[in-house]
Amino acid sequence: MEKVAFDIEKIRSQFPILHRQINGKQLVYFDNGATSQKPQVVIDRITHYYAQENANIHRGVHTLSQEATTAYEEARIGIQRYLGAQHSHEIIFTKGTTDSINLVAFSFGELLEPGDEIIISAMEHHSNIVPWQMLCERKGCILKFIPMSTKGELEMDTYTDLLCEKTKLVAITHVSNALGTVNDIDLIIKTAHHVGAKVLIDGAQSIQHMPVNVADLDCDFYAFSGHKLFGPTGIGVLYGKEALFNAMPPYQGGGDMIKEVTLEKTTYNSLPHKFEAGTPNIAGGIGLGAAFEYLNSLDMEAVQEHEKELLDYATEQLKTIHGIQFYGEATEKVSVVSFLVEGTHPYDVGTLLDKMGIAVRTGHHCTQPIMDFYKIPGTIRASFAFYNTKAEVDIFIKALQRAVDMLK
Amino acid sequence: MKTITEIEQEIIDEFAIYDDWMDKYEYIIELGKDLPLISEKKKTDDKLIKGCQSRVWVNAEKQDGKMIFTADSDAIITKGIIGLLIRVLSHQSPEDVAKSELNFIKEIGLQEHLSPTRSNGLVSMIQQMKLAAIKQSVL
Repeated sequence: MEKVAFDIEKIRSQFPILHRQINGKQLVYFDNGATSQKPQVVIDRITHYYAQENANIHRGVHTLSQEATTAYEEARIGIQRYLGAQHSHEIIFTKGTTDSINLVAFSFGELLEPGDEIIISAMEHHSNIVPWQMLCERKGCILKFIPMSTKGELEMDTYTDLLCEKTKLVAITHVSNALGTVNDIDLIIKTAHHVGAKVLIDGAQSIQHMPVNVADLDCDFYAFSGHKLFGPTGIGVLYGKEALFNAMPPYQGGGDMIKEVTLEKTTYNSLPHKFEAGTPNIAGGIGLGAAFEYLNSLDMEAVQEHEKELLDYATEQLKTIHGIQFYGEATEKVSVVSFLVEGTHPYDVGTLLDKMGIAVRTGHHCTQPIMDFYKIPGTIRASFAFYNTKAEVDIFIKALQRAVDMLK
Repeated sequence: MKTITEIEQEIIDEFAIYDDWMDKYEYIIELGKDLPLISEKKKTDDKLIKGCQSRVWVNAEKQDGKMIFTADSDAIITKGIIGLLIRVLSHQSPEDVAKSELNFIKEIGLQEHLSPTRSNGLVSMIQQMKLAAIKQSVL
């Protein structure tokens, strides 16, 4: 697709759900950190697949199967190019970020020995904590944490102290879902490689906000979900370096991941199929391919500029609310603002905002350790996408003031 | 003493005067603010229902053959709805509590607060109240 100038009205017209009414009010969707909305081209691509191309892939000699296989594999190649990966077989389709991380925790985990160390951080989503805890229990490995400051930034000095020859993996979120912090993953990756550790980047909250090039980053694994970057649910990606993937045992057994099966012994298929057992989410993969094509059509610099403007504007406007307390004030942030208003509970605020057509996330955002760190039950989180506007921020601020007045 | 159905109807009638969501929620918030529902010393961890969104404490006792419920929540809207539930279920026989259907919640348009996605502890709270009543009715 050809790149076009950033035209907010045109962009909004491409997302049908943005024109919905909620509780009699025009929807203001500020829960993009949980999931993003879908442009018409993605919806159409999925419909077209089911209406015209549906067949199982990688195994039929008939035309439909070949068309579906081509569409699915072209989506993989599109994603490879977008990410700057060397090979398309380094792109594994998964169910999403959680599935991607679990794949690494199981399969890469099989290569680990008791006493080996894994480093994560204090700002991880539960899906980048629990799989490692399970691995540590299974293999006798040790889990260590990079602490964070009250601003919501990782303490990098402690990180370098934690790294040692026993460190086998560093698994870090690129962007915090609850705080918006953008971590310095360049530095994290370089220092980890210095001691021979591999690095997994949880990209669930980053890839929709900034360009990501896995070759430049030199990360060993990069995981993300399709639904947070304008694609369908139930599909995600695990990027991994070819040599590493080849050294790892398969995650799940079944069809498609085998070369030969006898009742006694199986030889495994090559990449990427080795890690894609069973009939995959074909429509999801193709839909995700369409989402990447859509992203390619956007001027990413203009998108980032627009989102930064939204973040700065919303932060300034929120300061006019008496008793506001922000959580996550890192210097480098994506368009996420997490806050509480003194004397009100996030559940109550979220409920009243919903009555006024505004969708925000309330609660602990699946990051209970962060909430424990701040000693709060949860926050209210407004997370913006490029299709949001300052006018929507104005509506949100007015509605928030009204909710707070009702509750106090 | 009024029956559960009678109290439910009373609440439905009270809510019928509110046309708009704001009046309705203002009333629920007032209910929430007005009710000191449970004594602090009873807010122990075994009485705590941890929702993803809000926390609820519930205590059930039997006095003179009737169920007595006290409860609390850190969220005021949740607390207001708890106030309504207690008004309906407290001082009723364990048998009546156990078989109550609590249709009034839907009638007054607060069904969304009992949806599992809300995870505000209310669904678990109703389950706990009924379980306590079932236990008492078989004792």
